[in-house]
Parts: sequence; structure tokens; C-alpha cells
Amino acid sequence: MKWLRNKLDSIKPHFEKGGKFNFLHSTFDAFETFLFVPNKVTHVGSHIRDAIDLKRTMSVVIISLLPALLFGMFNVGYQYYKAIGQDVTWLEMFWFGFLKVLPIVVVSYVSGLTVEFIFAQVRHHEVNEGFLVSGMLIPLIMPVNIPLWMVSVATIFAVLLGKEVFGGTGMNIFNVALLARAFVFFSYPKQISGDLPWTYGLTHGIQTVDGFSGATPLANAAAYAIEKIPDNWTLFVGLIPGSIGETSKLAILLGAAILLFTGVANWKVMISTIFGGLFMAFVLNLFAVNPFMEISPLKQMLMGGFLFGAVFMATDPVTAAQTETGKYIYGFLIGLLAILLRVLNPAYPEGMMLAILFMNAMAPLIDHYVVHANIKRRLKRWNQSTIKL
Amino acid sequence: MENKESIFSPKIIKTFLGPLNQNNPISVQVLGICSALAVTVQLKPALVMALSVTIVTGFASLIISLLRNTIPSRIRIIVQLVVIATLVIIVDQLLKAYVYDVSKKLSVFVGLIITNCIIMGRLEAFALGNKPWPSFVDGIANGFGYGIILVIVGFVRELFGSGKIMGLSVIPQSFYQMGYENNGLMILPPMALIIIGIVIWIHRSWNKSLIEK
Repeated sequence: MKWLRNKLDSIKPHFEKGGKFNFLHSTFDAFETFLFVPNKVTHVGSHIRDAIDLKRTMSVVIISLLPALLFGMFNVGYQYYKAIGQDVTWLEMFWFGFLKVLPIVVVSYVSGLTVEFIFAQVRHHEVNEGFLVSGMLIPLIMPVNIPLWMVSVATIFAVLLGKEVFGGTGMNIFNVALLARAFVFFSYPKQISGDLPWTYGLTHGIQTVDGFSGATPLANAAAYAIEKIPDNWTLFVGLIPGSIGETSKLAILLGAAILLFTGVANWKVMISTIFGGLFMAFVLNLFAVNPFMEISPLKQMLMGGFLFGAVFMATDPVTAAQTETGKYIYGFLIGLLAILLRVLNPAYPEGMMLAILFMNAMAPLIDHYVVHANIKRRLKRWNQSTIKL
Repeated sequence: MENKESIFSPKIIKTFLGPLNQNNPISVQVLGICSALAVTVQLKPALVMALSVTIVTGFASLIISLLRNTIPSRIRIIVQLVVIATLVIIVDQLLKAYVYDVSKKLSVFVGLIITNCIIMGRLEAFALGNKPWPSFVDGIANGFGYGIILVIVGFVRELFGSGKIMGLSVIPQSFYQMGYENNGLMILPPMALIIIGIVIWIHRSWNKSLIEK
């Protein structure tokens, strides 16, 4: 480690003001703070420097995403060998999935970070860490068959128009990762809907064993083929076709435990989203007119990307509601809308993406009314009190 | 006519260049957005629309400017509407006669030129207080300013949305075989809004005086 520090110190003057590479100052800064804890000392005023800065917070989220990512890699292999009817060890399945998923992760990071670095450089501010998480979330919500250039275009679109135009990390209105997925969904619908994209090779027409369709549980449900939906345990473990990271509810709950234990994600949003989903599924059960509406609330939770969205997307501290009461309303409406869209609108097999994006736009409105309700309540109390100043 | 100005005096040139840059009706004044969203899926309708609007704004400005001293101020809006509507109907008939397919695609949006805020705005703001020639130039220039944006948006949307320009395929077949696909979002109306947003962004970072303090 020592020689790395020395190396950095020796080239540092070139990036300071007046140095040869001053225009690359933020790039250097980003790498330096990435490798070492910043040793900046505040000289003026009273400031608190917490050990857990943005970079550490983001690292915790990345760690909590690892179970979903690793299981996703395994599942890619599992689904592929199931489709072609070969029996191989789980290690081979994992290795196969690893080789297919890794390029998507790399492309997502390279495209997103390129945009981030260029903007940091042009605007003369530090490179922010916000993209570390978005860059990991994007591959996890893509189908494995997605062409790499689409991942790149979608990521650049999302980072540029979802984040940088609003002023960078912390200023975005919409969740960046979901924006990338929405871009693919509306731009290249063939690549991200239907039965083929979710199992490797199906869109290239590989030979599959008889009876293999590659349909996701939600697609089965939308086609009223309820008997084809796997049992709750399989759904929970996640050996089903789907986007790379969202199939295993077990891995997602593991990530949720890490997020909640470290206090990085907000439990209010998480709980109220799940409660909203359960509530809507229950209401649909009451008024069921087709097999999809009859599916039990528990099963609704276990299908599709609902849980992934609730744990990793809805809790995004930037785009969620900021007031404490607002968080309950925000989460509840996400869950409610997601299930409503999924069941009642056949054009959108999974409603979680659009529900979260919609509520992202509504979050400031929720905050506005919560704040005003509070002002009203306190004014009323003041008017009723007998002590007047 | 006393103090006769030459037809290309610096003032006229300024009147002409303003709407193309500093005072662009779409990217600065944000007028006439609906038609910019509706007719720009392909380049050809966008071009025809731009031309139609230019002709209507130019001649409406000219006619209103000629009549400006005789129009009673109380009923001026009605007189303006009559002039615009007449011109729009003439343009509509011409389009139907010579470019029927484009006229079909533009459908109601030709008729809706009557309600385009740019035209009414120029008549009220410029033609009612200026001589015919400057008014005519102002009208034509605003039509061009509107047209530029329409053509840019139409070009981008047709190129990436359907891989064509003016109906001719420009993206080679080998690209499609390598896995390239047309972008479906480009065809959808939201993308027109996003492209106009990007145009405004580029315009402002190029012309810093437009950025509000």
C-alpha cells in the first residue's frame, strides 16, 4: 500500500492548480479518494466529519446487492442448462452465468462512469459516487439476452437525462437505474418483454428440450395459465426465468437485512411498499373476476420484480419522499400501483418499474402536503391555546 | 414615404436574425410546442409544416401591417383571425392539391396553424406597430426559427426512430444484421419533448446570454 501512496503523492502536483493535468483534477481526486480515506481537515467553523460518507454508504448498498447478483449469475446458468436439457454441476452453471452477466456489468459501469467523469470535469466538481449503485442496479434489472450496446445506450441516456441535466448525484427526480430500464422497455420492447429474453440464447434460437417455454411466472399469470406458475418455495428461492437480479427473493431479503441493519435504507418505505402491495392484492382477491386477480397476496409478492423494487429502488433516498409521514404514503402507493398495473393492464406485465417512476414524480407533492398539514395542525394548536405571547 | 430605409438595412437584418437565435420562438419563447411534438415523427411532414407556418406568418404579418392604421383596436383580434384563417385555408388547399400524402399525415395540424401562438404573437407584438416590409421579414424569420427546430427534431426522430431520412433508408442493412435496432421511443411523443429539451440545453450553453440569473 505504501508504494501506491507514494506514487499518488508524487504525481499529485500535476493535477493541482497550475499543473499540467489540472483539467483532469476531478478524475485524479476520484481515484485518490477511492483508494484512500480522504485526509482533508476542516479548519473553519464547526463541522462534523462522519466516517460514513457517501462513498461508504454506497459501498454498503453494493454489498447488499451481492447476494442477488451472485444468485442471478447462478440462475442464468441454471435456466440455460435446463432449457437445453443438460445436467451439469452447480459450479459450471455459476461459471456460465458469470461469463454472461459480467459483460453487462462492465458495460453499464464503463458507459455510466464515462458520462459522470466528463461532466465532473466540465463542471469542475468532484466525481460523485452515486453511479456506483446505479451501475450495479442496471444489470440486475436487465434480461440476460440484452444486446450490450442497448445497455450502453440506455445507461448513457439515464445518466445524462435522468441525472446530469438536473445537476448530478442527489438532484435527480427519477431513479436512474429504472430510467435506464424504462428506456429499453419503450425503445426496444422486443428485447425486454415476452418469453424469450429471460433465458440465455432463446432469442438466438437455440435448441431447447420439449415443453420449455421460458415464460416468467408473471407472463403465465397474465395468460391465466395459473397451473404453470411454480410453487411458492421455488419462487422464493428464485429458480425461475426473469431479469438477472430479481428472481431470488431469498437473496433480496438477505440484502434487505444488510441495508436495514446498517441503517442505510429506510424501513418505513420498505414496509409500507410491501403493505401496499399486499393490500391491493387482497382487494383484487375480493373482486376477482379472472384467475390473475385470484392469486393470493403472498404469491403476488413473490412474483416478478416487486420485492427487488421495494428493497432497492423505492428506498432510494434521493427520489423518495423526504418527510417521515410522506414515506409511508409514498411506499404504500408504490405497492398499490405496482400490483394494480400488473394485474389490470395487460400491456405492462410488471408494474413495479412504472409505479416507482410515477411515485418519484409525485414525491415532492406528497412532501408538500405533509409539510402543510403539519403547519396547519400547529397553527390550530396555537389558536386554541390560552397563552398568547 | 419619408426617411426611406434600404431593404437590407442593419435593422432589417437584425429583425431577421433575432428569431433564428436570440429570440427563437420554440427554444427561447417556448411557443408552438404542440405542433412541434405532433408532426416531427418524420422529416418530410416537419419540413412541409415549417414551410406552411413560414408562409402564413410572413403574409399574415404583411397584410396586418398594411391594414394596421385602419383596424379599430377593439376588434383587432377578430380581424387578425380572419386574415390568418384565410391564409391557412389557402395553404391547406395547396397542400391537398400538390402533396396529398403529406397533407394526410399532417391532418388537423394544418388547420391548427390558425391557433399557433407564434403567429398571433408576432401580429400583436410586431406587425401592428411596424411598416409592411419589416413586418414581413419578421414573420418569415419567425417561421424559419420555428422551422429550424422542427427540422432538427424531425431529422433526429426519423433517423433513429425508423432509420430513414425523407423516407429513404440511410442506415445500411448490415447494421441491422449486426444487431442494430430502431429506437421505438423516438416514435413516441415524449421523445420530441426530450429532444427539444436537449436543443434548448445546447442552445443555452452556446449562447450564454440566454441563461437566467
